[in-house]
Amino acid sequence: MFILITGLLLGGTYALIALGLNLQYGVARIMNLANGEMLVAGGFAAFWLYTAGQVNPIAALLVIAPLAFAANWLIYQVMLVPLVKRAKSRGALEVDSILATFGMSFAFVGIMSWIFGGGYFNYAFLATPVDLFGSSYAQNRVVAFVLAVLIGGALWLWLSFTRAGLNLRAVSVNPRSAPLVGIDVRAASALAFALGGAVTATGGALVSMFFTLDASVGVLFTMKALIIVIMGGVGDIRGTIVAAVLLGIAETAVARLIDPGLTLAAAYLLFLLVLLFRPQGLFGKAQT
Amino acid sequence: MNRRTLFKAVAALTLASGIGMAQAQDVLRLGAAAPQTGPLAGGAAVTHWPAVRLWVSQTNAAGGLQVGDRRMTIELIEYDDQTNPQQAIQAAQRLATQDQVDFMVAPYSTGLNLAAAPIFAQLGYPMVTGTAVTNNQPELAAQFPNMFFVLGRTGVMAEDIANVLVGMRERGEVGSRVALVNVADAFGIEMAGISRGVLESNGFEIVYQTSYPLGTQDLAPVIDGAKSAGAEAFVAWSYPGDTFALTDQAIVQNYAPQAFFTAVATAFPAYGARFGAQIEGVLGMGGVNADDAAFQEFAAAHTALAGQGPDYWASAATYGALQILGQAITGAGTTDRAAVLAYLQDRSHEYQTVLGPVNFNENNDNERYWTVGQWQGGVFRGVAARGRDGAVPVQVFDGWQ
Repeated sequence: MFILITGLLLGGTYALIALGLNLQYGVARIMNLANGEMLVAGGFAAFWLYTAGQVNPIAALLVIAPLAFAANWLIYQVMLVPLVKRAKSRGALEVDSILATFGMSFAFVGIMSWIFGGGYFNYAFLATPVDLFGSSYAQNRVVAFVLAVLIGGALWLWLSFTRAGLNLRAVSVNPRSAPLVGIDVRAASALAFALGGAVTATGGALVSMFFTLDASVGVLFTMKALIIVIMGGVGDIRGTIVAAVLLGIAETAVARLIDPGLTLAAAYLLFLLVLLFRPQGLFGKAQT
Repeated sequence: MNRRTLFKAVAALTLASGIGMAQAQDVLRLGAAAPQTGPLAGGAAVTHWPAVRLWVSQTNAAGGLQVGDRRMTIELIEYDDQTNPQQAIQAAQRLATQDQVDFMVAPYSTGLNLAAAPIFAQLGYPMVTGTAVTNNQPELAAQFPNMFFVLGRTGVMAEDIANVLVGMRERGEVGSRVALVNVADAFGIEMAGISRGVLESNGFEIVYQTSYPLGTQDLAPVIDGAKSAGAEAFVAWSYPGDTFALTDQAIVQNYAPQAFFTAVATAFPAYGARFGAQIEGVLGMGGVNADDAAFQEFAAAHTALAGQGPDYWASAATYGALQILGQAITGAGTTDRAAVLAYLQDRSHEYQTVLGPVNFNENNDNERYWTVGQWQGGVFRGVAARGRDGAVPVQVFDGWQ
């Protein structure tokens, strides 16, 4: 039971890390390597609001998410639209966006260490135990998990049952045909990228409740998010959530039952298995 | 602005820059490359950079460094080595050849110091490190006679935490069952190996031993494992992120052994700030004589300059390493690097530092340093040291407050 709950909590954390990237890659076709830095920026914002203004990190989401949405929308319009315009094929856009966002990640690290300094950031919020089935868990992790479920669920419902969501899915499935049915692909992509950024920053704010962050730590989160998105299947929210939870439980089980030194090995083994037997990802559709 | 005033301004500026150049001879250029980004940037921002900048600003405020019959102000040139050994080497090269610095500050952390040691040796720069802990001082000193170690030896530190536990057990304060965990890199593996040997030869039983990958912060399974194994003492050779995470999880799962030790970052002020009174009695790596007037003066100046206090371990050693370099330059009376190196290699010299007096043995090694500290009343105090006075008695860890 301890393994299951700890694994679920970890899976929730992973989902928060990866959901935003899935939107950005799945719809806007931007493989955003600056994803981790956006997450850390969200975490820093929450840290700053909490320490300077005693603002509860959950309440701070009301500020952080819209700000991140606006910032990411601007990034897309200013930095990425030129790439989209000149890209001859989807492959070309992916390569260009990888290079561009890789560069952006360094710029973000520089900006964040300039503003916040290079030191470690953490704070104690809800770092108290909560008892479930005879073991203790950190309240902040439980809260983050609940919010991950809510955010994932809301995104899935929105994508599945609204007109705007349908547009995004159409762009995700076939960006060339979508304009034929009257969808503004560029606007939809910008929306997806901005929404993805907002979700990532939200994840960062939540993760900052229990992770020690510094300006340079983002790349670790990007790596994790990449694995999860590819495992789950590009462009499918459910896939990301299932992959995140699988990874969380697998890592925890290996850590507790075999050896914590093998968690990374377990994660990559799982990743390899998925790549071998379902290269399109758990919920992904085979490319035509 | 009419033409004449413009002329005057230009003339004045030219004159001023001319004066500047005349003074340039009395400027000592000091190069520093250390992490400002990358995995160790967080530690360097606490321990390395503020101490380096503090020494430079204090030396300049005092009128500069006495070199022969001149007083030289210090110009600090900083580079980011990105926590990348290759970059550390390139930065040292660039500082030497392009910026033509007179001296260089040793980099931050054991790994980067070892990476940069060959290039420092090749370029002939003295290398006094305040953040390298290793057990290979004899071999390193033989290979790089320009390299000097202030912070101490890993083997001794791993032994001393074991010695602290042995002492506590003799007083009946801790049982024999120990959980020993480490971060899976060179530092963690070496330290865990040494402390395991000392603990076992003293009749302790290692009931839980494991390692976890670098960068892991999800450590609930590790604490659960130690708790389930009934470990009465918990020893973790950890890095900053995991030091915080292990402590956090131990509090959450209310795992309160009779002794709780975490390694790097336990001595950081941020650790005290994060956990407050809960960590009363937690043991950690390093330590200082927190009651010593010299340290308190250093801490106050550090806080005034950097807006944050020094850590209770390597900050003072980093600052001390620069005091040693400065005193060696003053002692040699020249900025000639070979002469300064010869001064450092003369073992009869003793340096007055914030750590207390320091001298180097035949292995270029300082033999007087702190090994284990403990949070007591909101301050991380040294409880075990080699050759230093002021260690306070170990207190019993009384659970998370």
